[in-house]
Amino acid sequence: MKKVLILGATSAIAQATVRLLAARGASLYLVGRNAQNLEAVAKDAATRGAAKVESRAMDLDDCGAHEALVEQAAQALGGLDGAVIAHGVLGDQDASQRAWATAEAVMRTNFLSAASLLTSLANRFEAQKTGTLVVISSVAGDRGRQSNYVYGASKGALTVFLQGLRNRLAKSNVAVVTVKPGFVDTPMTAHVPKNKLFASPEQVARGLLRAADGRKNEVYVPGFWALIMLIIRSIPEPIFKRLKL
Amino acid sequence: MRSPQSWGRFPRVAQETRALTWRSDALPSAPGTLLPHGLGRSYGDSCLNADGTLLLTSALDRLIDFDPATGVLRCESGVTLDTVLRLVAPRGWFLPVTPGTKYVTVGGAIANDVHGKNHHRGGTFGRYVRRFELLRSDGTRRVCAPDENPDWYGATIGGLGLTGLITWAEVQLVPIRNPYILQETVPCENLDAFLDVARASEADYEFTMAWVDCLARGRKLGRGLLFRGNFAPPQFDGLPLAKSHLSHGSGLAVPVDMPAFCLNRLSVSAFNWLYYHRQRGRPRQRLTHYDPFFYPLDAIYGWNRIYGARGFLQFQCVVPYSTARDALREILERSSRGGVPSFLSVLKTFGDIPSPGWLSFPRQGVTLAMDFANRGEKTWRLVEDLDRLTREAGGAVYPAKDARMSPESFAAYFPRREQFLPYLDPAFSSSFWRRVNPATPSLPALEGSADGATPPVSLLAIR
Ligand SMILES: Cc1cc2nc3c(=O)[nH]c(=O)nc-3n(C[C@H](O)[C@H](O)[C@H](O)COP(=O)(O)OP(=O)(O)OC[C@H]3O[C@@H](n4cnc5c(N)ncnc54)[C@H](O)[C@@H]3O)c2cc1C
Ligand SMILES: NC(=O)c1ccc[n+]([C@@H]2O[C@H](COP(=O)([O-])OP(=O)(O)OC[C@H]3O[C@@H](n4cnc5c(N)ncnc54)[C@H](OP(=O)(O)O)[C@@H]3O)[C@@H](O)[C@H]2O)c1
Repeated sequence: MKKVLILGATSAIAQATVRLLAARGASLYLVGRNAQNLEAVAKDAATRGAAKVESRAMDLDDCGAHEALVEQAAQALGGLDGAVIAHGVLGDQDASQRAWATAEAVMRTNFLSAASLLTSLANRFEAQKTGTLVVISSVAGDRGRQSNYVYGASKGALTVFLQGLRNRLAKSNVAVVTVKPGFVDTPMTAHVPKNKLFASPEQVARGLLRAADGRKNEVYVPGFWALIMLIIRSIPEPIFKRLKL
Repeated sequence: MRSPQSWGRFPRVAQETRALTWRSDALPSAPGTLLPHGLGRSYGDSCLNADGTLLLTSALDRLIDFDPATGVLRCESGVTLDTVLRLVAPRGWFLPVTPGTKYVTVGGAIANDVHGKNHHRGGTFGRYVRRFELLRSDGTRRVCAPDENPDWYGATIGGLGLTGLITWAEVQLVPIRNPYILQETVPCENLDAFLDVARASEADYEFTMAWVDCLARGRKLGRGLLFRGNFAPPQFDGLPLAKSHLSHGSGLAVPVDMPAFCLNRLSVSAFNWLYYHRQRGRPRQRLTHYDPFFYPLDAIYGWNRIYGARGFLQFQCVVPYSTARDALREILERSSRGGVPSFLSVLKTFGDIPSPGWLSFPRQGVTLAMDFANRGEKTWRLVEDLDRLTREAGGAVYPAKDARMSPESFAAYFPRREQFLPYLDPAFSSSFWRRVNPATPSLPALEGSADGATPPVSLLAIR
């Protein structure tokens, strides 16, 4: 990935990824919704050695603007060979249960907006017969749990969407990489007491890029989550539904 | 998450933490008073805030700009010196001043106005800070520079994090031709020899410091090795990095707390002897990469755990030349008799280059730094004594390494304290600050207790 579009560039995981890409001398087009913070990320990337850094502040919930955004990024960088989709919200499960509008907003940001971006990106990459699409989903999408099934459903839908896309783009030499982090110590989880299962954004960024470089399909980061989720997925539903998860 | 500790792992305090994320964000609302916290490489309690909140700056680690033509770096305050070096050294620039570890933040380096092996030539870190932004709890932001808000600039450099949060800073780096240091090791038989060699080295060597064998007594008191060096001359430009340039102690780690018996008098003396003799057998002059020269301890990750769970006390003082010989002799003698050996002791001379910081510690004279495993009462009495000797000699003790100096000592060491007070942020405080500025000067109920003498307030604080 030498010319990369980063969506949700102000996310902690995205910032760590941007640094690694900058150190490799990549050209970057950064998108986030807070202009001031985005500028801070852009300056950091430029100072750390990115060949070129362009940025644009916008709310990615605005799906109507995606097609033009992707075009603009490609123009600015003289083409695109990679994209990282990192924006997302954790939402509030209780609030989502009480009011559909709240749940819908989570679905919109985590799934609809990502799927819309992927549609524009996939068509472009399919036509140019090259490129890597890296999308941050979550272990939470592997199985619905009462404590966060709205977030989980948005990520689960994203994971399934990516599976289909990967299947479609395999013949076009386009890699579709689903990254499933476990708990990561970022502003998204600032309110959660930390334990040994938490990874740093840098750790996740390294895993993410390793997967992208290796054109992997689905990866858990850190890797031990593959085992944890295997166990969680294999618990029979009649038992699972009685658990406090 | 475990509450952050200071490098000496003493004292242990309960405090809240808030991770800062963006330099443009307002300060978070949090319980109690606030205190910025970098990498916690201060030894005592100046980076701790019992019953208050630490503002963790580790995510304020973005670079803002670096101009390879002028060597001016602008970055957020949580950027580490390690990050700075990785960025600038390959491009021919270096830190103008660096402490003995690269794992400190730019904000921490400013707030303690840190010094390095080149103090006699370059002064303190604060001198190279062109400007910075100070965010106060009332929401105001000030750019501070020698010619812009100069009072805030002077109060904040060496200001112990108490004037507000430094969000970003601009530092002037110094040019280097290559990453190598031509280092010489000069054995010094005793304190007098050290003082003579140290002063004689100041003219020709950019970097000097000496390691002292704290157990040597009598005529050998102050015996040690003086290291001096300069960045290597042009003929070493382009030299490929060889393993031997980095060999110094790499790859060691102290993963768990060492039990206290690992550090008895015998083992320290053996370590010191080995170190002295190993160095003596080596060529006097050698080429080394800057990393092992400036940061030998960084190679042993978590070395502070060697002192076990009770932590340790650092003591670093500076005494003026006029009293240095006698005062240092007494201090070394007192500590070699103390029964609590210092594992690492470092001597160095400070020059007369003034710092812009009002509460800056370095001043002309000789500085001595020692570590003492915390063995309770015994250690406290010893360090208390060393403090008294320093005061009598007209010197000062370094707050960044202190967990016990008394309010009286602090006032004596930092005569510009009064000038500083109006610049304190009313919402900011630290364990150190409350200790050296108690709201009620003495505790009447305890006065005259024990053996009739008033216990020093700093001793009370640990019980
Ligand atoms: C192995 C070792 C060697 C050392 N050698 C030296 C040496 O040679 N010379 C020397 O001078 N020191 C030396 N030190 C001490 C160290 O350099 C200082 O304590 C330094 O300030 C630590 O920086 P930090 O980022 O860890 O800050 P912390 O220890 O976390 O905090 C230090 C102070 O800075 C304040 N602070 C931190 N960030 C900010 C901010 N953004 N805004 C405002 N205030 C802030 C804190 O409130 C606190 O008062 C050494 C320490 C170690 C562990
Ligand atoms: N942290 C975890 O434990 C964890 C675990 C698994 C998966 N993930 C996933 O990892 C990704 C990155 O999250 P993170 O942990 O790095 O958290 P983060 O730092 O909070 O990042 C989330 C980012 O998404 C941005 N964003 C949200 N809605 C947006 C919108 N409508 N338009 C544009 N940007 C928007 C946010 O911007 P603002 O800053 O402007 O709000 C923020 O920068 C997310 O997809 C998350 O679901 C995280």
